[in-house]
Amino acid sequence: MRFDNLSNKYKAVVIGGSAGSFQGITKILSGIPENFPIPIIMCLHRLKHVRNGFMEALNIKSVKNVIEPFDKQKIKKGEVYLAPANYHLCIELGHYFALSTEEMVNNSRPAIDITLETAAYAYKDKLVGILLSGANRDGAKGMKYIHDRGGITIVQNPDECMIDTMPSAALKITPIDYTLTIENIIKFLNQLSKQY
Amino acid sequence: MQEIHIVDLRRLTQLVKEKYNYDLTNYAMSSFKRRISRILELYNFKGLDALTKKVEEDPVFFEEFLSEITVNVTEMFRDPPFWRELKEKIIPNILLNHQKISIWHAGCSSGEEVYSMAILLKEMGILDNARIVATDIDDRIIEIAKSGIYLAKNMDLNRKNYVRFEGNSSFDDYYKEKDGKIYMDKSLVQSVSYRKHDLVTGPIFSKFDLVLCRNVMIYFNQSLQNDVLKKLHESTFKYGYLAIGSKESLIWCEIANKFIVVNNEEKIYKKIKE
Repeated sequence: MRFDNLSNKYKAVVIGGSAGSFQGITKILSGIPENFPIPIIMCLHRLKHVRNGFMEALNIKSVKNVIEPFDKQKIKKGEVYLAPANYHLCIELGHYFALSTEEMVNNSRPAIDITLETAAYAYKDKLVGILLSGANRDGAKGMKYIHDRGGITIVQNPDECMIDTMPSAALKITPIDYTLTIENIIKFLNQLSKQY
Repeated sequence: MQEIHIVDLRRLTQLVKEKYNYDLTNYAMSSFKRRISRILELYNFKGLDALTKKVEEDPVFFEEFLSEITVNVTEMFRDPPFWRELKEKIIPNILLNHQKISIWHAGCSSGEEVYSMAILLKEMGILDNARIVATDIDDRIIEIAKSGIYLAKNMDLNRKNYVRFEGNSSFDDYYKEKDGKIYMDKSLVQSVSYRKHDLVTGPIFSKFDLVLCRNVMIYFNQSLQNDVLKKLHESTFKYGYLAIGSKESLIWCEIANKFIVVNNEEKIYKKIKE
């Protein structure tokens, strides 16, 4: 597959998904190059009261070390971050994280909409947003926000999803640049990586 | 949702500072903006200008505004392993050196953490030896904390946390349920002193063996976190303990070298230098 208008202007990739997209995420994290040049920020629905295990499980196959950031931690190039359990993960203007225990959004904490919207605000048109399989509508508004700010939007092909509510909800409310299988999302990220 | 511009927010925080003496200027921007949008929606304001005008003209509304700005989502025994660590190591350590223990809940919100502490101390048989102060910026939420009345629907989570904390009683003994509401056993907190106190502009008022300020400073930017940590440091006895939220860190703050990490997972620190 070829992807148009890729360039090295992009400063971050943000990925949303539910616990059900674990396999897809694992494939992505094992399929990107080791020297992937920009930060990947993941907000995945997860059990609220199980703090440990998720990051460790992702790390087994990931080519990059996945970390759960602390409040106010600086976002660094090439790092992979995961929203911690029971906190919303926000991105601030100076490209650092802020955590929050605010009310759940879309029945979720962490909520994908919050991570996507704050990332879009901080990175503007220099953001790539990817929304994977999931059982609720969380993330759709966030994808719209990324599109409205000029970023690239990608959803996992609903045909490939066990539960397609999440990508379908996004497709309904905003233009999506690419609807891709996990395999092609990996190809996209590899081509993006070559731009740097 | 309407776009909120930082310039307009500054006008609002400036007004709040001048007129009401609360300093919101160094609150963490992303959550602060979300709190403001929430208020705009909740009260049907046309925009930030309308809200700013209302805040300026109506001191009673300002109290409501302040309530809504602060995040009051909390639960009993949040992070059960943290409470186990207090029970098994931290509190026994404090009691090695003296019979009494003084505890400050800085930013107590609706008081779930205070009840958790009281239950823990009661089960250790030392509730009567404890001096507990619980403070919050928000008068209204302090009233809820004092009342010990909570929504029954939250109790399931609280009970699960208590079980994972491995409390040695039955959680249901600590409250009564009526009409969808929970009435906590108030004898647990009869000696707790609840006070209004603003961590940002408020004075240092006492010293404690154990200070809990968990998931409060995440709503501040780093410069304000630094200032507040200095206050918390001054409010802790030498060799006393400071606990922050599990995803907060002291690493970046100026006074990090005045603490040592006692438990990195649960973010419990010990003050080693004045």
